[in-house]
Amino acid sequence: MAERIDTFPRLMLHHAHVRPDHPATREKDLGIWQTWSWRDVAGEVRAIACGLAAEGFGRGMHLAIVGDNRPRLYWAMIAAQALGGVPVPMYQDAPAAEFVFVLNDAEIDYALVEDQEQVDKLLEAQPQVPTLRHVYYDDPRGLRNYDGVTSFDQLVERGRAYDRAHPGFFDEQVALGRAEDVSGMLYTSGTTGKPKGVRQTHAAFIAAAKGSAEFDRLKPSDSVLSYLPMAWVGDHLFSFAQWLYVGFTINCPESGDTVMTDLREIGPTYYFAPPRVFENLLTQVMIRMEDAGAIKRWLFGHFTDVARRCGTRILDGGKVPAGDRLQYALGNLLVYGPLRNVLGMSRIRVAYTAGAAIGPDLFRFYRSIGINLKQLYGSTETCAYVCLQPDRGVQFDTVGEAAPGVELAIADDGEVLVRGPMLLKEYYKRPDATAESIDAQGYFHTGDAGFVDPGGQLKIIDRAKDVGKLANGAMFAPNYIENKLKFFPHIKEAVAFGAGRDRVCAFINIDVGSVGNWAERRGIAYSGYTDLAAKPEVYELIRRCVEQVNEALAAEPGLAPSQVRRFLILHKELDPDDDELTRTRKVRRGFIAEKYAVLIDALYAGRAVQHIETLVKFEDGRSGLVAADLRIEDAKAQDVAMEAAA
Amino acid sequence: MTVSAPPDSLATMQPPPAAAHDQPKAPERDAGNVLLSLEHIFLAFGGVQALNDVTFDVREHEVRAIIGPNGAGKSSMLNVINGVYRPQRGTITYRGRQWHGVDPHTAAASGIARTFQNIALFKGMSVLDNIMTGRNLKMKASFVEQAIWFGRARREELANRLKVEEIIDFLEIQHIRRTPVGRLPYGLQKRVELARALAAEPTLLLLDEPMAGMNVEEKQDMCRFILDVNEQYGTTIVLIEHDMSVVMDISDRVVVLDYGRKIGDGVPAAIRENKAVIDAYLGVAH
Repeated sequence: MAERIDTFPRLMLHHAHVRPDHPATREKDLGIWQTWSWRDVAGEVRAIACGLAAEGFGRGMHLAIVGDNRPRLYWAMIAAQALGGVPVPMYQDAPAAEFVFVLNDAEIDYALVEDQEQVDKLLEAQPQVPTLRHVYYDDPRGLRNYDGVTSFDQLVERGRAYDRAHPGFFDEQVALGRAEDVSGMLYTSGTTGKPKGVRQTHAAFIAAAKGSAEFDRLKPSDSVLSYLPMAWVGDHLFSFAQWLYVGFTINCPESGDTVMTDLREIGPTYYFAPPRVFENLLTQVMIRMEDAGAIKRWLFGHFTDVARRCGTRILDGGKVPAGDRLQYALGNLLVYGPLRNVLGMSRIRVAYTAGAAIGPDLFRFYRSIGINLKQLYGSTETCAYVCLQPDRGVQFDTVGEAAPGVELAIADDGEVLVRGPMLLKEYYKRPDATAESIDAQGYFHTGDAGFVDPGGQLKIIDRAKDVGKLANGAMFAPNYIENKLKFFPHIKEAVAFGAGRDRVCAFINIDVGSVGNWAERRGIAYSGYTDLAAKPEVYELIRRCVEQVNEALAAEPGLAPSQVRRFLILHKELDPDDDELTRTRKVRRGFIAEKYAVLIDALYAGRAVQHIETLVKFEDGRSGLVAADLRIEDAKAQDVAMEAAA
Repeated sequence: MTVSAPPDSLATMQPPPAAAHDQPKAPERDAGNVLLSLEHIFLAFGGVQALNDVTFDVREHEVRAIIGPNGAGKSSMLNVINGVYRPQRGTITYRGRQWHGVDPHTAAASGIARTFQNIALFKGMSVLDNIMTGRNLKMKASFVEQAIWFGRARREELANRLKVEEIIDFLEIQHIRRTPVGRLPYGLQKRVELARALAAEPTLLLLDEPMAGMNVEEKQDMCRFILDVNEQYGTTIVLIEHDMSVVMDISDRVVVLDYGRKIGDGVPAAIRENKAVIDAYLGVAH
């Protein structure tokens, strides 16, 4: 039987056979964690699959999945695969207009969505998507008077009837599946141009799940919180592929707002979050510590110092003096343990972060209080990862070593190339793009520039196409500079400019939570983001951050010319709704440069003030104008001439 | 789950402006039989005539708005309906039975729940506990049983908690379940108050300025919740509101009071055209 367990539906049936009563899925509903065992899940998937079949869904067809992390949406993905179809999870927070592209590109005719909000968006998109005919929804609330959409319960009911009429149908369909069939289509975030549909096979994703699960010794008793967008490859690996490979438990939070409480209640053993989640958590802790009593503040301060000194070395099994060990043990009792508990991280064995660069202080903080936080590197095209950090080889500025089965190479121009079983099959309907990314030797071109350090770990510098040159020929890696800026809690986003110019200038977005709190404690009154961003005190605060970055850049070989000479604080937050960021919150550099061309001109022309009016979209879909007079400030740079002379 | 209503929802509910002027549109929902009728209500406090010969009815499953300038007698009207004030004259018929000297407790037991203009929650208690108090009338267990949480008390609490959790889910306030009400922003407190009123599973829900002091987004949310309550539970709703666009959007019929008298009654489009109403709002000398 072992060699036949090569598709996700078969993996599910395998778990239902081997561990029928083991919890497979939990969801907090009406205040209580509801549990479905593997046997239950197999039954549900069977019903959904038969229901879809009764509705005409079949091999090679695409099923759009839109919504927050709900058990039924995960099950529907297996059901679609069981029928030889392809689930296409989509970003649930995208507006209807953005749905249109993906729905058309993937030629969606069947869609399963979470609730009224998503149904409304699909119906809005439908006139422009001629193929879309069947829409099913999970949560019936508010949908009683809608025509032409079907509830999930009805679908399942039809499925059970169909199953009774065709008892052998489901098993036949599962038996027809082959490992080389496409198991899912995930869309790239579209940092450059339109999103592309990445087609992955069962074999690729199972290989990815297997490699990482063995690397970190995942067990069926592990538990994860599924709260990241289902359309993101990270969630697809951690909450779907690994879930089905290992047979552990996924837990769906009650709602987007309750994730932190749910995290504490579940206490996952395996956790995945982008850096900003870790950052928000730490910011919350720090803000609350500011309000704590003097004794608690002292305890916290003292023991975080101890942890900074020896915490990461203890975690890595390094040599630590007995005195420090004793202090650390005491700190664990008084501070780290309770803090891990508050964060919901008491039981974590392995935690990963990826998707963006993580600040060294932030990264070290979590490791120092005993949370095994590691980094990985990868993309949608490689089933989420190609490099992983091993337990005892964790560094903040590398992304780990090549994962089992992955071949890593660096091209002459510095681009990272990978080859292995988890590569994409193709981009959907884009043979040109496929041919461009996979070369004759079978290497996938990641588009990232990097190098392998002496320890064998990969270090990523920037997107290869973003790495440019200043007018004087010095290397300019904007992402690298931006990340250094973003490591300050006060800076939320940064965009650096300098390719082909004589110096580097930057746009800054302040973090309204962190800077707001800072302002409050200093009695600086403000009315909102735009007002706060324009305060001279805030400019002063940010200038100090920029100058610290300049010091760090000056100390690195070849990067001294990249010091930030002038900057401004943007009057609005960069937002995916305004197309300035991707849905995964990556900066769309070209778009921003075009949209704010006047500001860039002002930066380089040496002007001190620039007026700007910007159209913004609000969350309720309306739009309005934001106007401001932005100040532009100079930042002190370390002397480059000396370095040039030396 | 985002809390805000889909952006287009309010727009689609609005009747097209041109059509609204040409022909008063009938309410879209099927309003059923008369649930509550008030006939020739007179209410005076000393020399002040708060309600002067007011007659109107409320049909099953409709959203009925009461509007009027300040001091028109709107809140007094709600207080008459749920028995806080006893009118000097007039008849109140609720579910086909005439009410004589009904008190608030009896009104609540007959399926009338309300929220207040100024929030009246227990500030120190959690959201969950506040909503549980709305189930008070459904609990039959004795004091002793409740004190030791045994037998009937335990069963009842579990059943009632389930109902309360359904309401928490319905109004999307799971994330503040354990938060003391006093720590919540105003808009959420209003929502908790609605939750507590819903916990009584009312037939008739009286809302006294549910959207006062809210920002646009909070108002949109509240509108959506009120319509959802009306649709999902079939609850009849009588609401007082000052925001005219809200009233015109969500109510099936509107009654207008001014200085204790009824000066208009009808579907929103008709009220919009009503001369007396326009005068009352723009301030013509009386």
